[in-house]
Amino acid sequence: MNYKSIGRFIAQILAVEALFLLPALVLSLVYKEPAATRAYLMTLAIVLVLAGLLYLATRGAKANIYEKEGLVCVGLSWILMSITGSLPFFLSKEIPSLVDAVFETASGFTTTGSSILTNIEALDKSLLYWRSFTHWLGGMGVLVFLLAIIPGSEGHSGFTLHLLRAESPGPSVGKLVPQMRKTARILYLIYIAITALDILFLLFGGMPVFDAFCIAFGTAGTGGFAVTNAGLGGYSPYIQVVTTVFMLLFGVNFSLYYLLLRKDFKSVRKDQELRFYLLTVLGAAVIFIISIFPMYREAGKTAGDVVRDSFFQVGAIITTTGFATADFNLWPTIAKAVIIFLTIIGASAGSTGGGMKCARALLTGKTLSRNVRCMMKPNRVIPVRMNGRVVSEDVLRNLHTYLIAYALIHIVSFFIVCLDGFDLTTSFTAVLTCSNNVGPGLGMVGPTGNFSQFSILSKLVLIFDMLAGRLEIFPMLVLLSPDTWSRK
Amino acid sequence: MKILIAGGGKVGSSLIKELSAENHEITLIERRASTIERLCQMYDIMGIEGNCATMRVLRDADTENADLLIAVTDADEINLLCCVAAKQINPDIHTIVRIRNTEYADQVAELQEAFGLSLTVNPELSAAREIERLIRYPGFLKREPFAGGRVELVELRLDENSVLNGVQLKNISSVINTRVLVCAVLRGGKATLPKGDFVLKADDRIFVTAPAAQLTILLRSLGIITHKVRRVILAGGGRISFYLAQMLLKGGLTVNIIDNNPARCDILARDLPGAEISLGDAAFPAVLDREGVADCDAFITLTGLDELNVIISLYAMNQGVPIVITKQSHTDAVREILDKLKLGSVISPKELCSDIIVRYVRAMRDTDGDTAVAVQTVADGRVEACEFILGPAAMHQKTPLKDIKFRPNVLIAAVTHKGTTTIANGLTEFETGDSVVVISSGDRVVSRFNDIFA
Repeated sequence: MNYKSIGRFIAQILAVEALFLLPALVLSLVYKEPAATRAYLMTLAIVLVLAGLLYLATRGAKANIYEKEGLVCVGLSWILMSITGSLPFFLSKEIPSLVDAVFETASGFTTTGSSILTNIEALDKSLLYWRSFTHWLGGMGVLVFLLAIIPGSEGHSGFTLHLLRAESPGPSVGKLVPQMRKTARILYLIYIAITALDILFLLFGGMPVFDAFCIAFGTAGTGGFAVTNAGLGGYSPYIQVVTTVFMLLFGVNFSLYYLLLRKDFKSVRKDQELRFYLLTVLGAAVIFIISIFPMYREAGKTAGDVVRDSFFQVGAIITTTGFATADFNLWPTIAKAVIIFLTIIGASAGSTGGGMKCARALLTGKTLSRNVRCMMKPNRVIPVRMNGRVVSEDVLRNLHTYLIAYALIHIVSFFIVCLDGFDLTTSFTAVLTCSNNVGPGLGMVGPTGNFSQFSILSKLVLIFDMLAGRLEIFPMLVLLSPDTWSRK
Repeated sequence: MKILIAGGGKVGSSLIKELSAENHEITLIERRASTIERLCQMYDIMGIEGNCATMRVLRDADTENADLLIAVTDADEINLLCCVAAKQINPDIHTIVRIRNTEYADQVAELQEAFGLSLTVNPELSAAREIERLIRYPGFLKREPFAGGRVELVELRLDENSVLNGVQLKNISSVINTRVLVCAVLRGGKATLPKGDFVLKADDRIFVTAPAAQLTILLRSLGIITHKVRRVILAGGGRISFYLAQMLLKGGLTVNIIDNNPARCDILARDLPGAEISLGDAAFPAVLDREGVADCDAFITLTGLDELNVIISLYAMNQGVPIVITKQSHTDAVREILDKLKLGSVISPKELCSDIIVRYVRAMRDTDGDTAVAVQTVADGRVEACEFILGPAAMHQKTPLKDIKFRPNVLIAAVTHKGTTTIANGLTEFETGDSVVVISSGDRVVSRFNDIFA
């Protein structure tokens, strides 16, 4: 394995993280929060020294990164980012336990939005900002950002494909344009543009500037950290509607936005994943509306409230953002079942959302139907198609491997979390919501609860689940495999 | 520039390597998914799977916005069809097509006209031309013409008893009796652009620029025997052999082709009436001996197997053949090893072909007269020689070279002013309209003339 070039990449990623810590440092000065300022300066020093040492130690690294290096690179850099990113919380003593701080940061970078904080408003403003900003950064991915700014190295720059594949969600990741740097730039430009639009809409609705930025970051990365204890429920209906729309927009495959920019409306209209995504949203919303209507009527709320809350909750869960405007812990069982279903399905491939991804769900269904038909007529040759194109058997095999790994990770994590002795719903949905990067679950980890009561072991397992969920499992599994580290 | 490359074979991958290093946006169209995957992992390009002659695939590859299509699949007909289809989608697109079938060779000009092709390339024909030039000037491992053939860059290997061994470069003209410039030396796999105090050693491969008219003087003073080549043996009867035999026969040489395929021998005997065609396996020394290897003047190995070519060439050298030329199709990894074998000249058709195309691409980009019009990679790609026709934007005009600060690893080799070529020295000057040959080594490509200054 090429340790040197992995080290070199991680050094660059740490440098980028340091760069993104600067605005938070400035904010801490603006809001006059000396503890936070000190914490930021210490973190910067640690990160930069670490990056500098790594950079010096990896001089003369060759740029030959292959699949294995790509996976290890992505896995390690996300773990390191989560640890170093947690230092401001820990060093400022705002979150006294290191494990809790790492949990909060990992939850931020992986755009999960699960929190161990019982009182969010007690946190310093600059730390709240950094907490939300980790969502924005983690949504599109730091490596993708790095790919957008590093100069294409001479000759063999194709290796960056392994990095993009390892960090970007979806069953088959490709470039939008021939050059990686341009692809990464296009993705980030689209990301920045829609985020900016979201901020403008929120400001227009009279939201305070600080809140507008933080909520937009949480929406864009499909993260879900709020800046007030009341969450999104405390804002006006207009802001809730705007956030619903933008959550759904960020759950769409970004390559479709690129097609829109190229005026290829036909491909977008016919995209099967987009249709599946929108139909699922609509179907789930209808179930919510019907099931919660009697409850809302008793509480004296209007039909508008029912519709708004239903769509908001669907958008928040399917895009794996995890904001909440209603305590769906109190909703009927059928609605809770739909919430668990949406948690698993997740957003579209190539979006900033988590979960299994609509494309995978769709492909799984298509493969199942193909295989059942093949059972009845074994000599029939039936390809699986997506958007009219035949999906290669390699992609399908990867899909099946992914599904098995996905199930196994849930089972193992579930057993470990159950050791804490909480009820089944709490334990099960805690794992589910973390590994699908949603945020809230049901029971004690519902929209009004939090994750502070879990043991350290459970928190570590959940941190692993969040990272595995964001990176689509394999980079994390590769880190655990002895084959990765042995020289044989 | 946006470039589509149809076909990811030998020439295709060689082109991808060259052009992606120059920051072009490259989309590869290829039938085999495994080839796409391999090349996409090696280079920063995009791959489209499918038949490049279909409009649907071409649209997928964004032909509408592409500047250039290079069709280098293994079938000439598909290459042509691909260009016709692409022109339908985008009438402004430049098209470069590989046409290699020997039966089409004499109608290439008409095809180019009829299909509106910008350039046609034929790797085997270029290889045959290159070999023919080498046979005519034995002693040079490679020759590259510049400034319309007035300047040549030639490669020589210094053998044990060369008069140049132990000579400091600043004293070289007293040994050779003519003005030449040693612009690069390849020693032990490392290329250097030498200074005046550099001392030459046996086994160095040196790259010399000289006016074309003085090449013979150079050869004579170096004591390289330019004995007349009369009899040439070609091992392998493929397309290169066919073109080469045609050229050599026209020059009045005796040509002997050995091939182990009876059907191929029949075709060669039919189409090359003046040549001697022998049926036999060139892998056996007995076959070669029967054809009289020991007393031929030039031996060229052109079979389809790289390894076999090397072994046969070694055998021929061992038999004392003065000129041995070896064809290699896959040269990337083994160049250094071949160099150790002292094989003589090695010809790579795909590299010759991709050089021609890369030169065209660079000329396309040329909008302000400041980009290279001809580029040759020498010393196994470690050194580049670029020719510039200077525009008014060129800096340091009319200044003696000794007063100009250059970037490291760059040197001006020759200046051609109004038809007169000067091999550069400290007093040489250049001005607008001159053709200047620049030698550079290192990773960075010199694509603009003003890049060479510090």
